[in-house]
Amino acid sequence: MKHLKPINQKARRIDDLVASLDEDVVALQQPRPHVPMGCTLSFSPGWEVDASGGTAGLCQPVERDIYDCYVTCFWPVQVPDHVNYSPDWASNCASATKDWRNLDLVFP
Amino acid sequence: MNLVQTSVLRGDAAGTGDFRQGEYHAFEAAGRPYLYLVGAGAVFEIDPAVRALLDRIEGTSLSHAEMVAVLAARGQSSAEAEELIHELRQVRVIENGRALPAPAPETPPANFPLQALVLNVTNQCNLACTYCYEFGADKIATPQGKPKYMTKETARASVDLLLAESGPRNAVHITFFGGETLMNFPLLRDVVDYANGQAAVLGKAITYSLTTNATLLTDPIIAFLSDNAIGVTVSIDGPAEIQDRHRVYRSGKGSYAVIEPRLRALIASHRTRAVTARVTLTEGVTDVVGIYRHLKDDLGFHEVGFAPVTQSGERDYAIDGMGMDQVLAGFHALADEWLDHALRGLMHGFSNVSETIGELIQGVNKSHPCGAALGLMGVSPSGDLSPCHRFTDADTHTMGHVSSGIDRTAQKDFLDRGHVEAKYDCQTCWARPLCAGGCHHEAFVRYGDTGHANLHYCDWIREWTDRCLHIYGELAARNPSFLERFAERKGL
Repeated sequence: MKHLKPINQKARRIDDLVASLDEDVVALQQPRPHVPMGCTLSFSPGWEVDASGGTAGLCQPVERDIYDCYVTCFWPVQVPDHVNYSPDWASNCASATKDWRNLDLVFP
Repeated sequence: MNLVQTSVLRGDAAGTGDFRQGEYHAFEAAGRPYLYLVGAGAVFEIDPAVRALLDRIEGTSLSHAEMVAVLAARGQSSAEAEELIHELRQVRVIENGRALPAPAPETPPANFPLQALVLNVTNQCNLACTYCYEFGADKIATPQGKPKYMTKETARASVDLLLAESGPRNAVHITFFGGETLMNFPLLRDVVDYANGQAAVLGKAITYSLTTNATLLTDPIIAFLSDNAIGVTVSIDGPAEIQDRHRVYRSGKGSYAVIEPRLRALIASHRTRAVTARVTLTEGVTDVVGIYRHLKDDLGFHEVGFAPVTQSGERDYAIDGMGMDQVLAGFHALADEWLDHALRGLMHGFSNVSETIGELIQGVNKSHPCGAALGLMGVSPSGDLSPCHRFTDADTHTMGHVSSGIDRTAQKDFLDRGHVEAKYDCQTCWARPLCAGGCHHEAFVRYGDTGHANLHYCDWIREWTDRCLHIYGELAARNPSFLERFAERKGL
């Protein structure tokens, strides 16, 4: 820590704990939230909206959220686990903006 | 206007924002500002920017924007301000919204391993000190019809219990206590022999200490104490005119003339452990500095500790308000000496400071004021267990027997009452990490409940804790390596 200097053993333990927390989760941490490209602030797939309630203000096509949410960010998004169980779930969807209808449900 | 309305709706008494100060005690030493965090027992040095912000938020509340503005006025960028605010929130120096009380220290596990037993080897005494908590007007012991001297069998069963209940500890401790301990000296020899053997079988270390009034010390006893590295605490009140006021034989004759030569012999020949004086302060016995000078400089004790007499509040030997002021003034004078020594790298014998510094360097945050009924228990001459030596032979506080083991129900009841979280008055006190409400026995004598906070000492404890924090801060700034001497955990 920069502004607080620990001077007993308990304070040193708090300092260590705080440091480990800071390096843990990056997304939405203060002071600078990490907002992945094309992300929206609504968590309902299919209902991503911008601040005015429409889609025009989103910086990327809404379909992009599918990939950005699970590739560059680790929100528990509602897409299949492509690492462990469903590596091919998006193989029929070469371009999300065009082929998103090909994405199907995955049953565990 | 909106802001004002908002704060009224939220029930805020003052201020406009969502952030308020967390629970800390601020102090300054060696020109540096420090915080003592109450929820943790942690000590931090803070920089001027933090101090400026805390000066503004104290007693009120500020919004995030207002905090940033305070820092911006000091020339900090918004990124720097955000970082600082983030840091303060993480350690709970400031809190968002209605400050929640910090979680209370966790209750130690039910099977907390024993570390020490205090063996009351006899409840008999050759002195009749007027203020004695075991025999005086406020006694709680009920020794009628019980053995007066502990037998070899009971003592050995105590050793077995201690070793069996010590769990994974590598070392245990036995304190010999009374009555007057040396009235049952033959038992000490046997216990030390037996316990050394049993501990060796289990591969554990064992250490000893004893408390005595020093009247029965002889050269062979002193040699035994030194040979076995038995720490000695002597109950003594000071020079002759003070000692002989309360520490008297049944005839009323003072004990100073008897103990003086014996103490000199003890201190000269006992080289393996510190010899400590323990002074009881009473009405008219409040010249702390004079007493210290005599015990440390004239008699040569290594350490001297002081405590006011325990009494129900109605005794004529109780210290009144003016007396307590004099005691505290004496404590401050000795604290000055202690710090002066420490800055030169020297140990001072005033143990009331040393003990607190040892706790501050760790940052203890106590669930209970002491180890009674946790790592430590008392054993009466009959073998009854009690929370500590002060409850020995008190029927209402029996906590099992050395032959049948610890009464876990009684133990749990005692510990539940004594937990700092159960003491309403302590919840708003910044000194609770160290005090945790004060002595269980003192509470029982004064209020009839071991779980009652020692309210008659609150101001005194806070003033003394603040003083020790100042000493700690001075040393952290000017001689930090000296503090490291206290870093090792006391005990084992």
